[in-house]
Amino acid sequence: MTMMWVTWLDRWQFGMTTVYHFLFVPLTIGLAFLISIMETLYIIKGDRVYLRMAKFWGKLFLINFALGVVTGIMQEFQFGMNWSSYSRFVGDVFGAPLAIESLAAFFLESAFIGVWLFGWNHVPRKVHLLSIWMVAFGVSLSAFWILTANAFMQEPVGYAVINGRAQMNSFGALITNPQLRVEFPHVWLGAITTGSFFVAGVSAYYLLRRRETALFAKSFRIAIYAGLISSLLVAVVGHAQGQLLIHSQPMKMAASEALWHTSPYHAPWSLVAWIDSAHHRNPIDIEIPYALSILSYNHTYGSVPGIDELQAQYIRQYGPGNYVPSVWVTFWTFRLMVFAGSLMILLALYGAFRGLRDDEWLVKRRKYLKIMVWAIALPYIANTTGWLMTEMGRQPWAVNGLLKTIDSISPTVGAPLVLMTILGFGIVYLAFAVIDVYLFYQFIHRGPDADDGPDEMDPTDTLRTIEPQI
Amino acid sequence: MSLNVLWFIIIAVLFTGFFVLEGFDFGVGILTPFLGKTDEERRLLINSIGPFWDANEVWFITAGAAMFAAFPNWYATLFSGFYVPLFLMLLALMARGTAFEFRSKLHHPGWRVFWDYAACVGSLLPPVLWGVALSNLMKGVPIDAHMNYVGTFWDLLSPFTILGGISLALMCTLHGALFLTLRLEGELRNKARQTAKRIGVWTTMAMFLFVVYSYFQTDLFQKVGLDPGSLPVLAGITLLSVPFLVYTEHDGWAFLLNAVTIACSSATVFYDLFPRVMLSSLNPAWNLTIYNAASGHYSLTVMSIIALTLLPIVMAYQLWTYWVFRRRLKPGGHLDY
Repeated sequence: MTMMWVTWLDRWQFGMTTVYHFLFVPLTIGLAFLISIMETLYIIKGDRVYLRMAKFWGKLFLINFALGVVTGIMQEFQFGMNWSSYSRFVGDVFGAPLAIESLAAFFLESAFIGVWLFGWNHVPRKVHLLSIWMVAFGVSLSAFWILTANAFMQEPVGYAVINGRAQMNSFGALITNPQLRVEFPHVWLGAITTGSFFVAGVSAYYLLRRRETALFAKSFRIAIYAGLISSLLVAVVGHAQGQLLIHSQPMKMAASEALWHTSPYHAPWSLVAWIDSAHHRNPIDIEIPYALSILSYNHTYGSVPGIDELQAQYIRQYGPGNYVPSVWVTFWTFRLMVFAGSLMILLALYGAFRGLRDDEWLVKRRKYLKIMVWAIALPYIANTTGWLMTEMGRQPWAVNGLLKTIDSISPTVGAPLVLMTILGFGIVYLAFAVIDVYLFYQFIHRGPDADDGPDEMDPTDTLRTIEPQI
Repeated sequence: MSLNVLWFIIIAVLFTGFFVLEGFDFGVGILTPFLGKTDEERRLLINSIGPFWDANEVWFITAGAAMFAAFPNWYATLFSGFYVPLFLMLLALMARGTAFEFRSKLHHPGWRVFWDYAACVGSLLPPVLWGVALSNLMKGVPIDAHMNYVGTFWDLLSPFTILGGISLALMCTLHGALFLTLRLEGELRNKARQTAKRIGVWTTMAMFLFVVYSYFQTDLFQKVGLDPGSLPVLAGITLLSVPFLVYTEHDGWAFLLNAVTIACSSATVFYDLFPRVMLSSLNPAWNLTIYNAASGHYSLTVMSIIALTLLPIVMAYQLWTYWVFRRRLKPGGHLDY
């Protein structure tokens, strides 16, 4: 009983700190990429509007980056703190991608962000441009390696259990994990979408007020193009992910559909449902015929295994126990993700096909711009619910089919200690959130050029009116 | 040389790199509110480490991740065992990381003073806690037959380990002051030099006391005998030379030799531990070693190839960033942040 209580606390801590960390990560990846494009345009075209653009988004990027970094340190160590049995069991396999992430990616991004931030007057333009691309490359590489580790938890490959520990026997298998091949593009494209909707939304805020129209219409255009391409591709890759899921983690698939019993030959897809977990049924279920078969197999036919049948199979396979994740959570997080994603595609389509004629046209679409400001929330909803579905849908396993979550915790770290750290990190994270939102608001309110010192890249610059402040 | 030994060395190198590099970051963070009287002075002090501190901190993160990959049991025992110190250290690192980025984002004086002290405390705690942790590693902690730490937070505190914490914090403060003499000009540089002189004396005393104390508290004596070997002797000599070099205003040499002191001290700790990584105070048979704590041969081979390829590249571009920002910072000049 105590074990369950501690596991519950450990999971809350992991969920809380990881979801929080992942509020910053996608924006970091997406913005780094977009800022790199802006600075490249500046170097190619020589138009100062792109320089001011890169600097403005760069400031928001840095606020966000700082919080991503400091909450990320926690991620590196909490496996040891709260999940020591997990660390002992899979460290041989799981530790490797983490170490490579640190060596290959963290050094890269942290060294070059310093060059980018402090180097405006110290390095040649092209080296400066290279440094932001290095940051963009570094943060994406970081995503690849951490997802290599996560993909192992979803679909363990390239290992053998020797002396009661999982030991790596194929590094190649680890980095070509079928799960990783869909998971990495999905997460990375989702991050680009996040950056795009953030830039588009903040630009819309300025366009509504007709401030710096030229700069923000251009920003909006870059973002809406990137957002359209990435949000469409996210959906395509997501579809491929579903088709993998049905083979690698059928229980997660069944739970995300609240499919209590194996579906008929032509499986319908629930749009929304009222779930009765106690009686394993859905009293209200609005279904689209054939859709689940199409999602799973690209055909109008094909039956999808249900929760009760899978549970019976797992009891035979792994022994007695409950192998059903929270159906309610898995079902609704999946739907929220899909709804948010679909909405983003529609908004990007409208903006990309109708909003690109000229700046004046865009500025007049006030309703659309207002929606785009609020649409900043959409990628955050999709990212968070997507991860909740992935991780909670895998329960009771920490490593699918290999190690249960309850067997992963630190045996010597009791509930009081975990509670203390939950409170400690919780309070600090809450304070960070308030500060983050406030600083974003301040910087967006002040607008481009606020607090910019004179840069020596172009001595003829007359655009700046505000004195540098320290 | 077996791969287990190689990985022990890689981790020792990563930790040593962390203490040498992040050591002066910590020192500058600790000194900022005291050396900088005006807002501009404080900004100058922070900017002296501005382009570097983030990458310096990655040495610590990489050391942790490398432990996870190469010695999962060491990683698991250390961080679940030293739970409270690690928790405090993470909070401290969060405070200083955000402080450096956030302090100048608003003009309100209270806001800036708050972050200056957040950076100060956030920079002071990690070296204190690392000093405590390292002395506990040397001394041994209650570890049971299943490699689990069975003590409490209070078991980690003793006069010896607290002295270890104070010594390392003083060492980092001195290192920071010496670094500032290389990065600043004029009045602030003189102040940094004065500070280095004053702290240098205390650091030397604390370090020697700690070394003598460790002969009584650890099995160092049984292991190496009265002659501690060349590493600690070198550390002692360089440490003694630092105050002299500060007096004669050889700032560059003073910083360099102090870095050697830190590197040799850190190397000594790892050398004395070898081939053990954590000592059990309950039963020597329950010690964690580079063999019973390690990953399998395949994993170590793969990681060796990757680490030995990447580390030189990392060091090269990190060195390059120091070269790019080699100019001293002047008051009145333009400051990026």
